[in-house]
Amino acid sequence: MLEYDFMRTAFEAGTVVAIVAGAVGYFLVLRELAFAGHALSHVGFAGATGAVLLGVAPFWGLIAFTLVGGIGMGLLGDQLRGRDVAVGVVLSLSLGLGVLFLHLYTSYATQATSLLFGNVLGVSPDDLRDMLGLGVLALAFLTAIARPLIFATLDPELAEAKGVSLRLIAVLFLIVVAVAVAEAVQVVGILLVFALMVGPAAAALRCTLRLKSGIALSTVFAVTETWAGIALAYVTDWPPSFWITLLSAVVYALTFASPLLPRTVAGHAWTGASHE
Amino acid sequence: MSALELENLTLTRGRRTILSDVNANIGAGEFIGVFGPNGAGKTTLLHAILGLLPPASGTIRVFGKPPGNGTALAGYLPQKHASTGDLRLRGWDLVASAYEGLRWGPPLLGARGRQEVAWALATVEATGLAERPLSELSGGERQRLLLAEALLGKPKLLLLDEPLISLDPRYQQAVVELIKRIQVALGITVLLTAHELNPLLGFMDRVLYLGHGRAALGTTEEVITSEVLSRLYDAPIEVLRLAGRIVVVAAHGEVEAEAHRHDA
Repeated sequence: MLEYDFMRTAFEAGTVVAIVAGAVGYFLVLRELAFAGHALSHVGFAGATGAVLLGVAPFWGLIAFTLVGGIGMGLLGDQLRGRDVAVGVVLSLSLGLGVLFLHLYTSYATQATSLLFGNVLGVSPDDLRDMLGLGVLALAFLTAIARPLIFATLDPELAEAKGVSLRLIAVLFLIVVAVAVAEAVQVVGILLVFALMVGPAAAALRCTLRLKSGIALSTVFAVTETWAGIALAYVTDWPPSFWITLLSAVVYALTFASPLLPRTVAGHAWTGASHE
Repeated sequence: MSALELENLTLTRGRRTILSDVNANIGAGEFIGVFGPNGAGKTTLLHAILGLLPPASGTIRVFGKPPGNGTALAGYLPQKHASTGDLRLRGWDLVASAYEGLRWGPPLLGARGRQEVAWALATVEATGLAERPLSELSGGERQRLLLAEALLGKPKLLLLDEPLISLDPRYQQAVVELIKRIQVALGITVLLTAHELNPLLGFMDRVLYLGHGRAALGTTEEVITSEVLSRLYDAPIEVLRLAGRIVVVAAHGEVEAEAHRHDA
């Protein structure tokens, strides 16, 4: 299947997106921001469809909106805690706006489907170049903020006392999330971002107690699921997004069932003895 | 040299005056218990010593230097740690995150960083705990890891904000003994805030008692008297000594402060 250009491009795009989503997703899950990631992708939908209406490539409208949404969420910070309803209202309003923009721009019905559910087989070499550039940028940015990000995530009280600005870290991190979400949408679409951003990371957190191994494993899961998903789509002619979401769910489910993870499954057996 | 000098120190939060015109001089190597009713300014004082809250007037000196630069000299264990509760990460990563956690860049500790984390964990006798998931540790075990974080950078002054809160009485004693062992072994100064006097009797060198914006510093015998406490509480207070324990009672019958367990 690699003799086709569009398949090679799909694998390359999938790899870039999965590496970014796996690494960023690990921190997203660690910071309990999974829902924020989901909401950001919906905000991006209004941006993407609005861009189409204005004759701009949807990717740039998408990323502009996720960035604004991410920075806004970061600035609101703790005020967002427990505001699932408010986030949900913004989320559905964004989808609604997207529907309006699509209605006004009547000629593209396929556009909606590929935005909502992804279309990795339709990535052009130009798209790939943009995605690679932004992906490298996002990972470099994540690496640059990783140390205070981890400190602020694991021990916010001490980090703040030592002079880490929790709000600045939150904003910087959500900027990275915004880019990662915009990238993931290219592969799995707005509605299925969870599959790449949250599934592999949540599975990795169940498999290892070590932070750096967790980041690595989350990335490995995301890349493997994406590759296998694209390959299965080629063989079966079913959409890659379906296969990727299925594999993401299966890997996560397996972490609950696997006897290879004694700490996860049998963990309670030895906590009993450890309490003073 | 003094570890900590407070000179005519006044601290305010917004328009509220928390401490007014407080003087205290704490020597290097002292173990000080900091007490006082809720809202007396225990945490506020620790924040000021860390340089997080500039004094409204007066001065603070940590080993002769103004705070701010003092953060490297002072290790801190903040109160309330809701966040680390259910993380499926090993304790090592929590402690390591605090090692030069302010610096930008990737979370690579290097050999020196790993050595320092291992040293801090060994000092709080938590080397074994560090490999277990945080979600499975008891309150006391978690407290030991947070103490290890406070020891990173080898501070000369330890500021511990309510390290005994929400621990059961047996484990309170174990934590106090551990802190005392660390203090003696490293020759460092400890300021520890608490609600209850009794678990700390015999471990503290002196007591710093805060109340109504004022402060009293001295030995337990000097400070925990009905005369001094009545002044600090601005109400008549009785102090009873029973079988090596101290019970503080408000004269109008209501049991106060140490006699009453604050679980908040």
